[in-house]
Amino acid sequence: MAEAEQVKVLRFWASPWSFRVELALKLKGVPHEKVEEDLANKSPLLLASNPIHKKIPVLLHNGKAIPESLIILEYIDETWTDNPILPKAPHERGMARFWSRFIDDKCVGACWMSCWTEGETQQMFMEQARACLRILDDELGGRRFFGGESIGLVDISASFFALWLGVLQEVAGISLINGEEFPNLCRWIEGFVASDVVTECLPPRDKLLAVFQSKKQAILATKSMVY
Amino acid sequence: MIFPSTAHGSSSVGTRDASRDLFPCIECLRRRRCVSDNLTRGGVPIEFFHISVLLRPHKSPPHEPHPQEATMAEAVVLLDVWVSPFGQRCRIALAEKGVAYEYKEEDLSNKSPMLLQANPVHKKIPVLIHDGKPVCESLVIVQYIDEVWSDGAPILPADPYARAQARFWGDFVDKKIYECGTRLWKLKGEALQEAKKEFIEILKVLEAELGDRKYFGGDAFGYVDIALVPFFAWFYTYETCGGFSVEAEAPKLVAWGKRCMERESVSQTLYDPLKVYEFVGFLKKKYGVE
Repeated sequence: MAEAEQVKVLRFWASPWSFRVELALKLKGVPHEKVEEDLANKSPLLLASNPIHKKIPVLLHNGKAIPESLIILEYIDETWTDNPILPKAPHERGMARFWSRFIDDKCVGACWMSCWTEGETQQMFMEQARACLRILDDELGGRRFFGGESIGLVDISASFFALWLGVLQEVAGISLINGEEFPNLCRWIEGFVASDVVTECLPPRDKLLAVFQSKKQAILATKSMVY
Repeated sequence: MIFPSTAHGSSSVGTRDASRDLFPCIECLRRRRCVSDNLTRGGVPIEFFHISVLLRPHKSPPHEPHPQEATMAEAVVLLDVWVSPFGQRCRIALAEKGVAYEYKEEDLSNKSPMLLQANPVHKKIPVLIHDGKPVCESLVIVQYIDEVWSDGAPILPADPYARAQARFWGDFVDKKIYECGTRLWKLKGEALQEAKKEFIEILKVLEAELGDRKYFGGDAFGYVDIALVPFFAWFYTYETCGGFSVEAEAPKLVAWGKRCMERESVSQTLYDPLKVYEFVGFLKKKYGVE
């Protein structure tokens, strides 16, 4: 590791995706600077660092820009090798990557759309979301974390469910995640948010609730995850 | 009966699929008078995906594997569909590493118990089963292949930043090409024009990223090349349906594709673009697109 490393995260305080990056850096004990972005008025630095997608989070490591949260997580794991977040064995690494992608490609979208649609469309998304949560609940089983005894890639990827889903369903007035249907996930949420490192990084729940409530009409109109 | 039974797809040992010889190519089918719009097997209309299996072109017979090779090959199984660009990524990666494996063709209208057990979440191909343990999602499989058979030429570079860049572009190809390309053959009118505009933009972004390099990985054929090259065989379909020329919009990309085709792993895996176009023609009939 080079001396006087410069590590910055272009982030948005309410974003579950930039939370992933900050949590991983915290777990690894990597000092970093948080650069808050105004998503309605993106900085020249963000636009230059992620010209293709123009999105946060972006990790800047000694001037090198790495976008896309799951890609950043793997970069962090490969660069700072203490407290690994990916397993060692190739098959387990493959499974960790599979579940992270499942969360990103299927679960989060279904949960998000459940909150902002109505009628039959909402029913359809809620069924999809429940199916995803059921799959995750089964996969977790009796384990403390998806990563086993310690927080790993899948836990970090699943952090959306630990805080954001609860907030969103409250704003939308629906119920998706509950202890009866998803006991393992709910137990995981309790353990995850109680962890010291996670508590330090999570945005305040009441602030998150307030921002989603204030942006509710705008989100209802666009369904966009950029809020 | 003309068409052999394909209860759970067909399989063969080695890097080529013996069952390809069992399935006549479209030219052979055309020569037989019984081929018509009412293809049936025992009076039951043949589902589209049976047709996709039947459309699979001839390839030369596989070599007879050495007994040792056969045992090793049994430990690695790829559940796949001949035309799938996602499956082809895995086939190319295995070939680049010189890994012997058993190829099992899946009938997607009648998925095998093996597939449903190996990928219960998505029930999709490709799935790599290694020593009984399944790995799903094509780019996850490619990374797995790279990590397990690490003495072969590396697919991902060693440097973490270069790896992150490779993963970024693999992810870009994953998110953009197939989805936008599908809209090119499924849609008409304004929606098609919109898809065409987007697809050309995607090509230009990839062309800019490639620049004057031999491969996306630089001098070495690697992860991004593997992620993208199966779609090279789909360019003809996309440009014909979309009404544009890939070569006119992205000449460096086409030159890159031709360079990749000089590699045996690629030329032995990709099918003739006309076969892909034929396959999409049947898809269009199925979806009522004209």
